[in-house]
Amino acid sequence: MGESVSSLSALKQRIARVGAASAVAAGAPVALGHAGIDGVLGGGLARGKIHELFALVAEDAASAAGLALMLATRARQTGALLWLRTEAAERRGGRVHGPGLVDLGIDPGALVLGVMPDELTLLKAAVDAVRCAGLGAAVIECWGNPRALDLTASRRLAIAAEQSGVTALFLRMEAVPAPSAAETRWAVSAAASAALDANAPGQTRFAVELLRRRAGPAGMRWQVEWDRDRQTFRDPAPSGLMVPLLRDGSAAHPAAGAVRRTA
Amino acid sequence: MDRTAQALGLAIGLGLADARARIPDLLAYDADPHADIDWLERLADGCIRYTPNVALDPPEGLILDIAGGAHLFGGEAALVAMIEDRLARAGMTVRPACADAPDAAQAMARFQCLPGADEAAAVRRLPVAALRLEEESETALKRAGLKTVGDVASRPMATIAARFGAEAVTAIRRLLGEAESPLTPRRTAPALVEERRFAEPVAKTDFAFAVLAELAADAALELEELKCGGRRFEAQFFRTDGLVVRLRVETSLPTRDPKAIMRLFQERLDGLSDPVDPGFGFDLVRLCVPQSEPLAASQLALEGGAVSETQMAELVDRLSTRIGRGRILRLHPQDTHIPEQVQLALPAVEAPPAAWPEAAAGEPPLRPLHLFDPPQLILVEDEQPTEGPPSRFRWRRAFHDVILSEGPERIAAEWWRRKGGHEAGKGGPTRDYYRVEDARGRRYWIFRHGPKADWFVHGVFA
Repeated sequence: MGESVSSLSALKQRIARVGAASAVAAGAPVALGHAGIDGVLGGGLARGKIHELFALVAEDAASAAGLALMLATRARQTGALLWLRTEAAERRGGRVHGPGLVDLGIDPGALVLGVMPDELTLLKAAVDAVRCAGLGAAVIECWGNPRALDLTASRRLAIAAEQSGVTALFLRMEAVPAPSAAETRWAVSAAASAALDANAPGQTRFAVELLRRRAGPAGMRWQVEWDRDRQTFRDPAPSGLMVPLLRDGSAAHPAAGAVRRTA
Repeated sequence: MDRTAQALGLAIGLGLADARARIPDLLAYDADPHADIDWLERLADGCIRYTPNVALDPPEGLILDIAGGAHLFGGEAALVAMIEDRLARAGMTVRPACADAPDAAQAMARFQCLPGADEAAAVRRLPVAALRLEEESETALKRAGLKTVGDVASRPMATIAARFGAEAVTAIRRLLGEAESPLTPRRTAPALVEERRFAEPVAKTDFAFAVLAELAADAALELEELKCGGRRFEAQFFRTDGLVVRLRVETSLPTRDPKAIMRLFQERLDGLSDPVDPGFGFDLVRLCVPQSEPLAASQLALEGGAVSETQMAELVDRLSTRIGRGRILRLHPQDTHIPEQVQLALPAVEAPPAAWPEAAAGEPPLRPLHLFDPPQLILVEDEQPTEGPPSRFRWRRAFHDVILSEGPERIAAEWWRRKGGHEAGKGGPTRDYYRVEDARGRRYWIFRHGPKADWFVHGVFA
């Protein structure tokens, strides 16, 4: 009897999981965990859409890539994460570094990296990839405003995403915003982090601006901090409050003064 | 030196000036051994239509292992006639010979003599040159009155070995079929082969592809019986003129789905820079499965987990086939501290997902998202501090004021890999890394080799 009860409960759990998975597939948005952004977007980023992330200057490319990977990690359930970029991007922006991904809470084991010879191949591969429903999420990195990337190419990508339900994050590095079929368009830049003990750089922080949105107003700005351990975004604690507290703490414990102890 | 030249009385070893003097309108071409070998290899590849075991015998020979396969072509004589006929159409003359041992066959082809009563007698009648010994040994044998292989073989082997070395004995024994002479096939025989021959050559690539699809379906049935799935597939289109067009694809998961296989072949065909040239037509299409792995009969999972995995694997295969297997990658961790070597990017078609360690809770990112290899030089304009990071540096034509910093984190070279690395000062350079954040919130990973050395930026944080 006990055995059958336990197997029954296991079965119930399994059915619940199936239900949850189908709810995800039905298009529950990708919540960021940041109350302000989720409120404006109506629950989060829409699934099965293209979302453009602009790094308006090259120095912010790494921040935009980081944000895209975090969003992709939140968007994917169990599926793989595909990151498509070009050789030129690798030379300019640097190679993807696995331990760095781990430090951002992104599993490099789930990542499939595509390094394309040029932008045209990149866009073709991107359409193919986004069409594949087995993909968890796609990050497409494109530098500048290549000729191949026009409104038609963007629309093709959007239709592919809509049909498969794959959420695609389109990174536009050092690019000028142009008309596209994207659902939302963001500008991302790095933001000063809250200093840890001994003036060490703190948790990853971004300044994001919603440039455009298909279904609603835009133009809002936020500062968000990535909470790696809980895999969610949060409102950064106001630095005016944070810094004095830390200074008090370090004054109270002189042993922790000069050097921050790392694990 | 072609047949006409031989008829005119020219011979190898004659000077070009002498030959020109005898025949004023002589056409002379430079010898090109590389092109010769290349052509021989292409012929060898064309010969796998007769047998999977084809070995090169440079400079001008091919050895075909037709044991157990000649009856498929109507016996040895018919097979030889078929090969002669095909090569004659390409303008080549062949000197074929069949024998029980490969060495005997090649010797009989090269030193064709009067036919003997049987094979053993014919081998014994071959001149001593057929032993392919050094010139000195050959002359010595002739001076001793031993003109044929049979003469040499009738002497006690011990005396031959004492006079001409063990190689001479091995050569004789191989020629007589008494010792094994292993063949080195150009390609290993694949585990599974499906083929279709045409009575008339097919000039359309589309039709050849349709036949390939049927072969893929046949292969799928056979693989299912074996409970296997193929990891690599090779399509071979044999042209009537003896050349072979090969298309190869590989998959990251074992598969036997004919549709998936054909999609990959179509990708490969579309990706070719030159379209496939059927020439005068294909007369044989073959599908080989050189590598296969166990694959049980599959059932679709209720949650769709297995489906999404298969779809993902298909995507990886498709992209790798079209763009190149070295461009679709997975990252694998390596056991080292050197930042450039800490990961290995492997082709996703052959490398499974790797397990990476988790980050320590509560820490900010300690390693950058992007790494520059090689590191990029930065200019530090203020007075070089002997301790701590610079307060201001210039990288890519922009100044960065360092507001926050942490370090140094010292990463030493792997002295145990160096010769004499355990001695002081020979362990290789040590790097002092700092995490810095500039006034605009951008975070960099910078280092230098020592107190007075140059600074480099090695990576950027998100």
